[in-house]
Amino acid sequence: MTGRNLPPLSLHVPEPAFRPGDTVDFADFEMPVAGAVRRPPIDASPRDVRDMAYAMVRVLDDEGRAQGPWDPRLAPETLLKILRSMALTRAFDERLYRAQRQGKTSFYMKCTGEEATSVGAAHALDYDDMCFPSYRQQGLLIARDWPIVDMINQIYSNRADRLKGRQMPIMYSVRQANFFSISGNLTTQYPQAVGWAMASAARGDTRIAAAWCGEGSTAEGDFHSALTFAAVYRAPVILNVINNQWAISSFSGFAGAEATTFAARAIGYGIAGLRVDGNDALAVYAATQWAADRARNNHGPTLIEHFTYRAEGHSTSDDPSKYRSAEEGGKWPLGDPIARLKKHVIGLGIWDEERHAAMDLEVAELVKAAQKEAEKNGILQDGLKQSFDSMFEDVFEEMPWHLKEQSAQMHDERKAAGI
Amino acid sequence: MTGESRTMNMIQAINSAIDVAMGRDEKIVVLGEDVGYFGGVFKATEGLQKKYGKTRVFDTPISECGIIGVAVGMATYGLRPVPEIQFADYIYPALDQLVSEAARLRYRSAGEYTAPITVRTPFGGGIFGGQTHSQSPEGIFTHVAGLKTVIPSNPYDAKGLLIAAIEDNDPVIFFEPKRIYNGPFDGHYDRPVQPWSKFAESAVPDGHYTVPLGKARVVREGNDVTVLAYGTMVHVAHSVIQETGVDAELVDLRTLVPLDIETVVESVKKTGRCMVVHEATKTSGFGAELSALVQEHCFHWLEAPVQRVTGWDTPYPHSLEWAYFPGPVRLTEAFKRVMQD
Ligand SMILES: Cc1ncc(C[n+]2csc(CCOP(=O)(O)OP(=O)(O)O)c2C)c(N)n1
Ligand SMILES: [Mg+2]
Repeated sequence: MTGRNLPPLSLHVPEPAFRPGDTVDFADFEMPVAGAVRRPPIDASPRDVRDMAYAMVRVLDDEGRAQGPWDPRLAPETLLKILRSMALTRAFDERLYRAQRQGKTSFYMKCTGEEATSVGAAHALDYDDMCFPSYRQQGLLIARDWPIVDMINQIYSNRADRLKGRQMPIMYSVRQANFFSISGNLTTQYPQAVGWAMASAARGDTRIAAAWCGEGSTAEGDFHSALTFAAVYRAPVILNVINNQWAISSFSGFAGAEATTFAARAIGYGIAGLRVDGNDALAVYAATQWAADRARNNHGPTLIEHFTYRAEGHSTSDDPSKYRSAEEGGKWPLGDPIARLKKHVIGLGIWDEERHAAMDLEVAELVKAAQKEAEKNGILQDGLKQSFDSMFEDVFEEMPWHLKEQSAQMHDERKAAGI
Repeated sequence: MTGESRTMNMIQAINSAIDVAMGRDEKIVVLGEDVGYFGGVFKATEGLQKKYGKTRVFDTPISECGIIGVAVGMATYGLRPVPEIQFADYIYPALDQLVSEAARLRYRSAGEYTAPITVRTPFGGGIFGGQTHSQSPEGIFTHVAGLKTVIPSNPYDAKGLLIAAIEDNDPVIFFEPKRIYNGPFDGHYDRPVQPWSKFAESAVPDGHYTVPLGKARVVREGNDVTVLAYGTMVHVAHSVIQETGVDAELVDLRTLVPLDIETVVESVKKTGRCMVVHEATKTSGFGAELSALVQEHCFHWLEAPVQRVTGWDTPYPHSLEWAYFPGPVRLTEAFKRVMQD
C-alpha cells in the first residue's frame, strides 16, 4: 500500500447475466440482420476483413428465407442431406445419452443445439480434408456417413470397438473418414491441425485441415501457439471456435468474451476472422466454404467463431440447473438449427411437415437398429471385452521386454488366483 | 482450538480445511476452473465463494499454465494461493510454471522470492475415467527438486494435511485420491461402496488442526512384512492384509516428499521384508525411489527382494480398468512372493 492519493484498485471477476432462478431476457442482444454482412473476396488480406470478426454472418432470416451474399445456393439434395445429418445427430445423442443413463456405458456428451456447426462445416469441406475435432463434433462423422454402429461400439467399449476399449466413450478416432483421434486434453488438436496443414502445404498437396474447439478452450496456450504458427506459415487450415456460451459451469466471460469476440482473436495474429450464426447451417456452410477456398488457394488460415448455445448439460456428469438459468435455452435468440433449416426447405417447397415427421421416425429407428446391432458385441460392463493381452499392445510398435514381462505376470497372477 | 468433531467424507474435509484456513488468513485465495459459483466439479470448494467473496474464490479461464502462473505471481505479491487443477491429468500444461518456476523460485533468488502455493488436484483411477481422468502422475513431481508432494488417504488426514500444506511456505502438490472421496475402497469394485461415516477416520474436528507434512502413519502394526502405500492403495492393501491374514505392517506415507524415512526404515528393519504399492505406472514410479531407499538403508535386514505392485506400464485403459488397477488379486500374489524363502 503506497501513500499515493489514488482510489484503491479493484479486481474484476466476470459474472454471467443469468443464474439459476433468474428470469432470462435477451432484449440487450442485438440481433444481426440476415444477409446484411458483406462477403469479401477469398483473397482479401486479413487486414481488410477485420470488421468481419465483430459482425455476424447470417443467411437464414426469421422467416427461414436465405438472404444476402453469403447464401451458398445449395442444391435441394444438399440442403436435405444437411437437414437429415443434423436430425440423425440429434437422434443419436438422445439415444446414447439414455444408454448411459441405463448403465450401458460410463459417459456421454451431447451436441444438442450445435449440430449445424459440425454438419454444415463437414458438407463444405472435401471428404479428404483432415478434421481435428474436439469431443462435441460427432456431427462430422455422421455427416461423413460413417457407420453409427461403429460409433456405438466405441461408446460401449465392446469387443467390436476398433479402439480396443481404451478410450472413454465418444473419444472416437476414424482415420478412414479423415477424423483425428480425439483427446480428452483440451485444445491439443489445434496446433496439430496447423502442423498437418503445414505438411500438406510443404508437400504441395491440395488437402486442407480444419480444427474445432470450444470457446472455453481458447484460453489454453495451445490455442495461441496454433494461431501463431498458422499465421507465420499461412497454413491452409480452418480454425473453428464453437462458442456455445458455456464451458461446464463457466460462462464465456471467463474466456474473454466480455471484452471482445472470439473471432477477433484472429486480428492480433494477422489471420482472417469470421463470426457466424452457428445455429444457421447455411451460414456455417458458407463461412466454411469461404475459408476452405481461401486456404486451398494459398491465402492462408481463417478463424471462424460459431455463435451458438449448449442446449443441454456439459456431459452425463453435469447438472446445468446448478449454475445457469433453466430459461436460457428456450429464450436463446438464434433459435434451433434444425427447426431453422426445416423452415427454409419447407419455404422452398422441397419439404413438408409430413416428410419431416417421417424423417424423424426414420433416423430414430436407424439409431435404434444400430444400437441393437452394437449390443450384440457387448456393452461396457458385461465382460464382452477386448482380450486382456490387448491392454499391452500399441504402447510401442514393438513390445519391449518389460511389457512382455508384465503381460505374462498378469496372466500368471490371474491363473494363480483361479480367475 | 479444534472444537467439535463431525462426520465428514473426503470432500467435506477438504472443503472444511480450506474454509478454516481462509477464515484464519485473509491472504489465502482459491482459484481454478469451475471452483467459484459452482464450487468445483467435485464440490470441494462449494460455498466458499459465497462466504469469502469473488476476489478470494474465483473461476478462471481454462488454462492450467495460466492458473499456476498467476498463482506464482499472486504469491510473489504476498498472497497464499490454493489453485485447483480439475483433474491431475490436466496438470501438464502447467508443468513449466511448476517445475521451472514455483519449484525453484526460493533457490534461484536465494530466498528473496518464494512460492507458497498449494496445488490441489484429484488423481487416480477406478471411476471408468479412461486415460484422461485416471492418471497418477505423482512421480513426475517427486522427481522435481523444490516441490513437496502430499497424498491423504482419509478425511481426518485430508483436512489436517491440507491445512499444513496451505500454511507451509513451499509449493505443495496435494493429490486427492478421487476414488475414495465418498468412501474407502477395498479394491473389490463389484461390492457396494461403504460410506466414510462407517469409519473412524471420518470423525473430523470442525476447527483448526494440522497433520504435519513429512510424517507417515502406521495404519496397522505387524511383524512379517512392511507395506508402503498412499492414497487409495492404503485401503486396498489393508483389506488384502485382512483377507490373507498376513502379519503385515501397513505404512501410509501421507507425504512422499519429504519422506518420513525413519518410519519406513524402522518398520523394514523390524519385518525384514517390504512391498511397495501404488497405482501409478511402474517404470521410474515413486516405488522405484522407495525400493532404492529401502535397499540403501536396510540391505542387511532384507530377507527377500522388495516387491513393487503398481499399475502396468501402459496408458490407463477404459474398459480393462480392473485388469489394470493393482487390486486384491495382484496384491495377494505379491504377498506370496515377498513371503517366500
Ligand atoms: C487441459 C484440460 N483442462 C481441463 C479439462 C476439463 N474440461 C473438460 S471440458 C471443459 C470445458 C470446455 O469448455 P469449452 O471449451 O467451451 O467446450 P464445450 O464443452 O462447451 O464444448 C473442461 C474444463 C480438460 N478436459 N482438459
Ligand atoms: Mg463452450
